[in-house]
Amino acid sequence: MAASSERSPPPFPDSEEPELLEDSDEGADAFTGTSISEMDSPSPDSTKPPKDIFNEPLEDIFSDPLSNVNSEPQKKVDTKIPSPSSDEAVDLFSDPLDDDSEVVSSPEVQNPMPDLLNEPVQAPKSDVLGEPPVHKNAARQQDIFEDPPKGSSKSSSVKKAASAELFSDEDEEDLFKELPKVVTKKPQPSGPPVDVFTEVKSDVKVKPQVKDDPTDLFAEEALTAPAPKPSASSSSSRTNGVHSEEHDLFSEATVELSLDSPRNDRKKKDAVKPSVSAPVAPVASSSSKAPSKTLEELEEEESEDTFDLNISVTNPEKVGDGMNAYMAYKVSTQTSLTMFRSKTFTVRRRFSDFLGLYEKLSEKHLQNGYIVPPPPEKSILGMTKVKVGKEDPSSAEFVERRRAALERYLQRVVSHPSLLQDPDVREFLEKEELPRAVSTQALSGAGFLKMLNKATDAVSKMTIKMNEQDVWFDEKIQDVENEEQHMRKLHVMVESLVNHRKELSGNTAVFAKSVAMLGSSEDNTALSRALSQLAEVEDRIEQLHQEQAANDFFTFSELLADYIRLLGAVKGCFDQRMKAWQRWQDAENMLQKKREVEAKLLWANKPDKLQQAKDEIAEWEAKVTQYEREFERISATVRKEVIRFDKEKARDFKRQIIKYLESLLNSQQQLIKYWEAFLPEAKAIA
Amino acid sequence: MTSISEDIDLNNDASLVIDIPDALCERDKVKFTVHTKTTLSSFQKPEYSVQRQHEDFIWLHDTIVETEEYAGLIIPPAPPKPDFEGPREKMHKLGEGESSMTKEEYAKMKQELEKTVQVHEVFLQRLSSHPMFRKDRNFQIFLEYDQDLTVRRKNAKEMFGGFFKNMVKSADEVLISGVKEVDEFFEQEKNFLLDYSSKIKDATAKAEKMTRSHKNVADDYNHISGALNNTAADNNTAFKKHLEKCAEVFEKLRKVEDRMASDQELKLTELLRYYTRDIQAAKDLLYRRARALADYENSNKALDKARLKGKDVAQAEENQKQCLQKFDKLSESGKKELTSFKARRVVAFRKNLIEMTELEIKHAKNSVSLLQGSIEILKSN
Repeated sequence: MAASSERSPPPFPDSEEPELLEDSDEGADAFTGTSISEMDSPSPDSTKPPKDIFNEPLEDIFSDPLSNVNSEPQKKVDTKIPSPSSDEAVDLFSDPLDDDSEVVSSPEVQNPMPDLLNEPVQAPKSDVLGEPPVHKNAARQQDIFEDPPKGSSKSSSVKKAASAELFSDEDEEDLFKELPKVVTKKPQPSGPPVDVFTEVKSDVKVKPQVKDDPTDLFAEEALTAPAPKPSASSSSSRTNGVHSEEHDLFSEATVELSLDSPRNDRKKKDAVKPSVSAPVAPVASSSSKAPSKTLEELEEEESEDTFDLNISVTNPEKVGDGMNAYMAYKVSTQTSLTMFRSKTFTVRRRFSDFLGLYEKLSEKHLQNGYIVPPPPEKSILGMTKVKVGKEDPSSAEFVERRRAALERYLQRVVSHPSLLQDPDVREFLEKEELPRAVSTQALSGAGFLKMLNKATDAVSKMTIKMNEQDVWFDEKIQDVENEEQHMRKLHVMVESLVNHRKELSGNTAVFAKSVAMLGSSEDNTALSRALSQLAEVEDRIEQLHQEQAANDFFTFSELLADYIRLLGAVKGCFDQRMKAWQRWQDAENMLQKKREVEAKLLWANKPDKLQQAKDEIAEWEAKVTQYEREFERISATVRKEVIRFDKEKARDFKRQIIKYLESLLNSQQQLIKYWEAFLPEAKAIA
Repeated sequence: MTSISEDIDLNNDASLVIDIPDALCERDKVKFTVHTKTTLSSFQKPEYSVQRQHEDFIWLHDTIVETEEYAGLIIPPAPPKPDFEGPREKMHKLGEGESSMTKEEYAKMKQELEKTVQVHEVFLQRLSSHPMFRKDRNFQIFLEYDQDLTVRRKNAKEMFGGFFKNMVKSADEVLISGVKEVDEFFEQEKNFLLDYSSKIKDATAKAEKMTRSHKNVADDYNHISGALNNTAADNNTAFKKHLEKCAEVFEKLRKVEDRMASDQELKLTELLRYYTRDIQAAKDLLYRRARALADYENSNKALDKARLKGKDVAQAEENQKQCLQKFDKLSESGKKELTSFKARRVVAFRKNLIEMTELEIKHAKNSVSLLQGSIEILKSN
């Protein structure tokens, strides 16, 4: 949480200071503005929550609040809760009766998801469910700026941070206690909202059990509005009550709060104790960052992170004999990052350690929608050759190929800002001895289980028919699919180039020998000499072809192989998102069923069982909320990851293509040299 | 496409100039237009243009080979049968038009056809530039007769006969190499040609393989360019530009690499191929001379026998005299032919090697500037 204070700088850049003195009313306008735009474009609102919310509010809302903060603490709070409260508020106000009645009294609203997503009227619901991260962020920012008058926001936030890190319930309460203040500002101008909210409240009171969890959400923003103090406490107490049930929900929320820290650490190259927060880091940075950043900002951030971390994998060495033999590699790291204990360090790792690292990382991060770079595949055939210990060129090539692939793999892992923070990554780079990774063995029981899991995953993937609402994802998934196909084809072509070039190299060598023989048979001295010179030239050209074939392979073909694997990882992220969606839909369906049960019970007038049904509905409502949140979060993360991936890919390809063309250039230049040296020999034939 | 004809320095005599300006693919055969310009009085007109098929060339070659008079000459090797890599149907297509085949295929076919035309042309030019062959009756008919020659195709028996003849010849060859040579020049030539022939045959095969794999590399460039373009077509990110640029580079590289491979083929492989055949022709000359030598030795033996028996001595003497005459004549013209052959070969190798080297340098320089430009463009954006 220490970071949370530092996290704020990006959204509140210094350059925005001039706006400090702007009217607070403008802030309010900004909200109505954003919300109107959201109302105008209902479908994007529902289908692309991250974009709308984060593009517009970010600038308007976040920049203005700052000014508010300094001038008037109260107001700042108000504006701070940007997107949720603004959307919520405006939506509610614009159509108070409709909204409220739907939100509170009619249960159907929550069932048919597609409707919710499509209809602007229901925006409040989806907004609330969809933006929790933002909401929390905002809330957290409140924390930070809570006592600005007392001193600099920074110092105060640092103090806060400590407590926030614990993520106690109080924190939650804090959060919600402040919300009331926030909202009060807005409702005041208009009369109806008050009614709305009171209505809500009364509704809630009527059916407190049923509404429990969802109201919790609404209560946080809406309920408290009219009567700040009392309702605030009521809402907070409610949240407390709910809390036990919804433990997951809030614990995740807290995770988000802590999430930021590692990221900022990295940026600032501060040594924090990421070990505490690192495991959850991905969730944090994704959910809180992605939403709050515009694309341009992401771009800036990308260019910023030219971090100083060089990893090389060298000295492949066979350890042991026979079938138990394995290859060990020297993994050397050179860095000025203070998160590491020293500037240079070297460890020895075997192939299964690399696989183990991947297993650990994907276990932790894949479910959050992170693109975890995949390591090179196991090759039983290649490794067996090495084990048998024949010093033939193909096994040497295999070892070199793998060494290079492992190096690229590690470089990709550490260039991922969040993965770099993972303690397992640091352990892998720094720690002398690693526990043996057992589950990576191709024929182990764990390996079998993994295969089984993959198979069931594949089946479930086929059975899930996701009705994609997000145009961006819809297109991107197709793009990635196409790109993978193209890359595969391209890879086949390049492989064929590698083979043909090797063939050419071999045939050139054979021809060189043959020409040398012809030269030795030639009875014209000058021609004989020229022919043996030609043989030498062809010999050098053979060498050139061989080197170029290696370049074809290592610079071009392996790049494609890497990206085919990486695109697979991207698809894995899409699958994770789809799974999250499925879970949410399942929960919706379950909730629907529970409601039907309740309706039946009501009709049958069985009050004894009614209570249980209501409890269950409450439980499932909470789950729906939670899963939807998770889905939104993973969507945001995947989206951000894919954007990052695309950028990285473009950069990577450009670099490699230039490198490859330079290798071609070099061989052509050599060629010129060789032939120019031969020309006088040919002319000397007489 | 006139590399070989140039380097053999044919057509240097304006009194009889032959070229094949055109060739037509008709159904399953190629019709060459043979164009002749002459000032020789043995021809009735100064200019002729006739249509000949590959088989007519073979007929001409065979009749010359069978002419006793030319036994002491290196008979220009017959042009190889047109081989268009693919099945006969492809030739149909070429005849019927380009629409049914891709541009690339068409270009390849055209290249093949040009090569075929060239070797047929060279065959006629070798004949026309030789003081003996240019006066050949059959050659003149071949050039003059404006109708279809309708030479009889060899029937199966004759084909088999030819095959059998070749078998006998190579068996004889073994025999010849065992025959004690009296003339040091021919002894040396024999050893040289036998050795050189196997070496150049090997070098030709290896060069063919090399150029073929070079073409494969060029083809791969082409495929990669296509695949890159496809990838670019489905891409809307900044990546697209790189891919397109890269595809363009590969497309251009393919052209250069293709030229490199085909120039190598033309200047080097074709040269080696031609001299493989020419050396075979030179070896045939040696064979005929060795045959004559054997005949002479046999006639000597026969004469001895006749003298011993005192029967038919005059006839045997006459026979022996004729054999000696024939052998001496063969040896004399053979020596001249082989010497000029050597000079011709050295000149041809020199010319072709220089040309090939210059082309290699030119192509490599093209690649270099192409690559440099592309790298700069890629780096700048």
